[in-house]
Amino acid sequence: MNIYTRLYYGYRKIWKAIMLYFMIAGPGIVVMVADNDAGGITTYAATGAKYGYNLTWFLIILIPVAYYVQEMTVRLGAVTKRGHAEAIFSGFGSFWGWFSLLDLMLVNWLTLVTEFIGMTAALRIFGVPPYLTVIGVCVIMGIIVLNGRYWTWEKIALVFCAVNLIYIPAAFMVNPSVSQIIGDGLIPNFPGRFNNELFFYLMSNIGTTIAPWMLFFQQSAVVDKAMKEKEIPWGRLDTFIGAIMTVVVAIFITVVTGTVLKGMNIDDAAQASQVLLGINKHVGTFMAIGLFDAGFLGAICISLASSWAFGEVFGWAHSLNNKIKEAPWFYANYFITLVSAGCVVLIPNAPLVLITLFVQVIAVTLLPAALVFLILLLNNKKTMGEHTNTTSQNIVNTVIVVVIIILSSLYGISTLFPDLFK
Amino acid sequence: MIRDFFRNNYSKIHEINKKYAVPNVEMSKSVKIALLSLRFYLIFLVCLLVYKFITLL
Repeated sequence: MNIYTRLYYGYRKIWKAIMLYFMIAGPGIVVMVADNDAGGITTYAATGAKYGYNLTWFLIILIPVAYYVQEMTVRLGAVTKRGHAEAIFSGFGSFWGWFSLLDLMLVNWLTLVTEFIGMTAALRIFGVPPYLTVIGVCVIMGIIVLNGRYWTWEKIALVFCAVNLIYIPAAFMVNPSVSQIIGDGLIPNFPGRFNNELFFYLMSNIGTTIAPWMLFFQQSAVVDKAMKEKEIPWGRLDTFIGAIMTVVVAIFITVVTGTVLKGMNIDDAAQASQVLLGINKHVGTFMAIGLFDAGFLGAICISLASSWAFGEVFGWAHSLNNKIKEAPWFYANYFITLVSAGCVVLIPNAPLVLITLFVQVIAVTLLPAALVFLILLLNNKKTMGEHTNTTSQNIVNTVIVVVIIILSSLYGISTLFPDLFK
Repeated sequence: MIRDFFRNNYSKIHEINKKYAVPNVEMSKSVKIALLSLRFYLIFLVCLLVYKFITLL
């Protein structure tokens, strides 16, 4: 074989691998980018405004944290062909099954309300009234799921993931000092000193990195996509790329607010967008578009996570490949969750701040259980076979899960008792 | 119609409870400890919520 033939075959091999990746890519990227939902954007914007670039190193640590947890759902879904809710029922019996399912329903619904709060606040900046936002979002999300194909839904979701990268040009527009980002951000440091307030920010960043719905969503998506065991390495790559994307977006948000809003107290991302609009029209606009997109992406995934979980347990047809006539309960669950959460935002004087805080508390009742079940299920040789957790995977995963449980629990408790870390 | 809906779902829930009555995961000592810790953790959280609710009233 001459050099040209070798080059040609090399090129064909790489191209084939890229095409195969694009066929299998989806659940990992979608779930990770959707993790930067409306609440996540607020957390990163507030972190940047408070500590500038100083916590960039901490955000980078979140890449392996998110990857190792979500990678387990890929293996579990691909091997057992069951979503997380059904796997919990099957593995631990009906008590833990009902607890997880009902808790998931509640926490997802509350989180969905916070996504609508984010979306309506973002579009209000452009003069769109909340009722129009809610109607528009419900209609668009209806059209996306009712096309009757998982593949189409996933590719549309990936387009919204791409919009989430809008924070990258926004960061370049504010002309940050690259040397300062590297100097202040990449070397681990605790700005000021390690006090309760900094601890609260670290907890909130961890708390937004892994949410209960993410475990349920990715595992169900892997099953709906009919991922095979031999495709697990591609699923891992997809999850790893997604983990990098989510943290890169988070870093660029902190760069925007750390450059322009340093020293300000940011209560929510919409407030940050409005302040930014006064300073730089384009950056403020990008921030608001990103906030809407984040809420929208979060809403797409969260409402599906609930419907998939109920469908699995109740034995309803529960695939996006089913038409509405074939899976009426699956779609009914999806729309009831979506529309009811949207309507809450429209109720005059609804306790939206209380709901936002309450989400954190309810989430910590489910997250530790879901994570512990995940590790135990991954150690079940009877069902996992050769994909059972190895000793090194168990050590890494257990350390990560214990740290997440402690920090997210403290974060949830701190929302109940705000003076605890002040 | 509503009565049928509840009757059907009640029997469905009964069926689900029967189907998953026996856990598939082997209840080794470590699994039992993990599940017991989870129960204590949840009881602790519920106590905190109740305390917060009472002090708010």
